[in-house]
Amino acid sequence: MNIAVVLPLFLFILLIFFIGFWANRSIRLSKKDFMQEYFLGGRQLGGFILAMTMMATYGSASSFIGGPGVAYTQGLAWVLLAMTQVVTGYFVLMILGKKFAIKARQYKAVTLTDYLRSRYQSHTVALIAAVSIIVFLFSAMAAQWVGGARLIETVAGIPYTSALFIFAASVLVYVVIGGFRAVALTDAVQGSVMFIGTLVLLIATIIAGGGIDTIINDLSAENPNLITPFGAELTLSPAYVSSFWILVGVAVVGLPQVTLRAMSYKSSQAMHRAIIIGTVVVGFVMLNMHLIGVFARPILPGIEVGDRVMPMIALEVLPAWVAGLVLAAPMAAIMSTVDSLLLLVSSAFVKDIYVTYMKPDASEKRVKTMSFGVTAVLGILVFLMALQPPDLLIWLNLFAFGGLEATFIWPVVLGLYWEKGNKYGAISSMLTGIVSYIVIDQFFSQPLGMHSVVLPVVFSFIIYILVSLGTSQEYVSHTVEQSR
Amino acid sequence: MEKQDHRFRIANREALIGIGLAVINFLWWFGFAYGLGSKPPEEYSYILGLPAWFFMSCVGGFLLMSVLVIFVVKIFFTDVSLDVEDEEFK
Repeated sequence: MNIAVVLPLFLFILLIFFIGFWANRSIRLSKKDFMQEYFLGGRQLGGFILAMTMMATYGSASSFIGGPGVAYTQGLAWVLLAMTQVVTGYFVLMILGKKFAIKARQYKAVTLTDYLRSRYQSHTVALIAAVSIIVFLFSAMAAQWVGGARLIETVAGIPYTSALFIFAASVLVYVVIGGFRAVALTDAVQGSVMFIGTLVLLIATIIAGGGIDTIINDLSAENPNLITPFGAELTLSPAYVSSFWILVGVAVVGLPQVTLRAMSYKSSQAMHRAIIIGTVVVGFVMLNMHLIGVFARPILPGIEVGDRVMPMIALEVLPAWVAGLVLAAPMAAIMSTVDSLLLLVSSAFVKDIYVTYMKPDASEKRVKTMSFGVTAVLGILVFLMALQPPDLLIWLNLFAFGGLEATFIWPVVLGLYWEKGNKYGAISSMLTGIVSYIVIDQFFSQPLGMHSVVLPVVFSFIIYILVSLGTSQEYVSHTVEQSR
Repeated sequence: MEKQDHRFRIANREALIGIGLAVINFLWWFGFAYGLGSKPPEEYSYILGLPAWFFMSCVGGFLLMSVLVIFVVKIFFTDVSLDVEDEEFK
C-alpha cells in the first residue's frame, strides 16, 4: 500500500463525510416539507452547483475510467466520439428549461414519476416509470460500485471485498443522512476535483511525452490510423460515431437522474449560469480526460486492460501525493454517479410507491424513517450484489442508459411542448422504446451502422404521435368525464 | 393565466434556440472531422501539434460552442419567476 497515494484519497472521503453531516443539519433545521428537502434539496440549487451536479452525475465511471482506456486503444477517433457530450452541457437545460421547472412546481412534483403522473393523469404511466427507474438504475448503480471498488483495489492495493466495503460505507453515510442536498454539494466538490485533476494530469502527460508534436509523431509512427477519425482498425464509421450524438448527447434529456436536476434549481438566473458553466466544464473535462488516454500510449505502451490506463499513467507521470489527488477524480466520478442513483431509486420506492399508493396519509415522521431506512437498505442490497454480481444484473446494466432514454424521452419532452400528447401515447411510447431497444440490441446490433439506441428513439417518437392523435377523441371525453 | 402563457412563450423560444445550437454544433463537429480527416494521414496538416481535423472539430468546436452559449444566454435568455403565482393552482 502506498501511503502517499492513499492519504489524499482518504482526506477526500473525510471532506465528503463532513458535507453529508452539514447537509443533514440543514434538513433537520428546515421548516419545509421533508420529502422536498430530502429528495430535491428544497429546490434551492444555485447555478454552479446545478452545473456541477449535472456534469458529475452524467460523467460516470464508464466515461471516466472506461473512456480513457478506449481512447488509449482507438486513438483520436475516440476523443471525437467523446466530444458529442458537449451538447449535454447546454441542450438539457435549454430544452427542459423553465417550462419543466415551472410545471414541476405547479404539480408539486418531487420525482420524474410525480411529474408524469400529473401531466398524463395516469397511474399506469406512473407505475411503468417507477418500475423502470427501479430496475434499470438499480443495476446501473451496482455496476458502478464494482468500478469504484476496483479502483480502490488498484490504487490502494487492498483486496476487492475490503475495497468494496470502504467505498460502500463512504457513499452510504453521506447519502442516507444528507439526501439530495448532500448529493448535489458533494457532486460540486467531486466535479471540481475532476476538472482540476484532469487538467493537471493532461499537462503532466504532455510534458512526460515530450510535447504534443512528439506524441502525435510517435502515435502516427506506431499506427497512422490512431490520428484519423476512424479508429485504430478503421472500424469507427461516421454513422456509428455520429449516433453517439443520440446516446450520450441529446437523448440524455430523458434520463431520470438528469430531469430530476432540471426541477431542483432555485431561479432562472441559476439556470442561466448553469448552462454556461455546464457547457464549459463538460467540454473541458471530456476533452482533457480522453486526450490523456490517447497521449498515454507512447509513454506507457502495451497496457492490456483499458481500465488501468488512468491509474497507471497518473502514477507514472506525477509525484505520488499529486497522483493521489488526481486519482480522487475518477473516484469522485463514480461516487457522484452512484449517490444520485441511490437517492433516485430510494425516492421511487418511498415517494412513488409507498406514499402515493400504499399510505397517502403517512405522517411526516414515518416518511422520514422510511426515507432513511429505504436508502440504507438499498445501499446494503447493492453492496451484497456487487460482492458477486449476478449475470442478470450485468445484462440489465447494459441496457440501463439507452433503455431509460428510449423509455422517457418523448413522454417528457413532448409532454412538455405538445398539448395533444396523452396517456395512451405516453404508455405505448414507453413500452415501444423499452421493448424495441432490448430486441434490437439483442438481435440486430448496430442497425444501419448506428448504435442500437437510435431506432428505438425514432420508433417511440412515431408511436407517441400516432397513438396520441388516434386516441385524442376518446381522451377528451374521458377527461371531461373525470372533471365532472 | 395570462402571465403563464407569457412565461411559456419564453420557454418555447429558448428551447428552439437550444435545438439551433445543437444543429450548429453537430454540423461543425461532423464537417471538420470528416471533411479534413478523410484524406490519408500523410497529407494531414497540423495546428499546435494536433491534426487539423481534430483541432478544428474538437478543440475549435468546443471553444466555438462555449462562446456561442455564453453569447446566446446573455443576450436572448430572459429571467422569469419559477414560482406558482396563482395559489388556486396548488
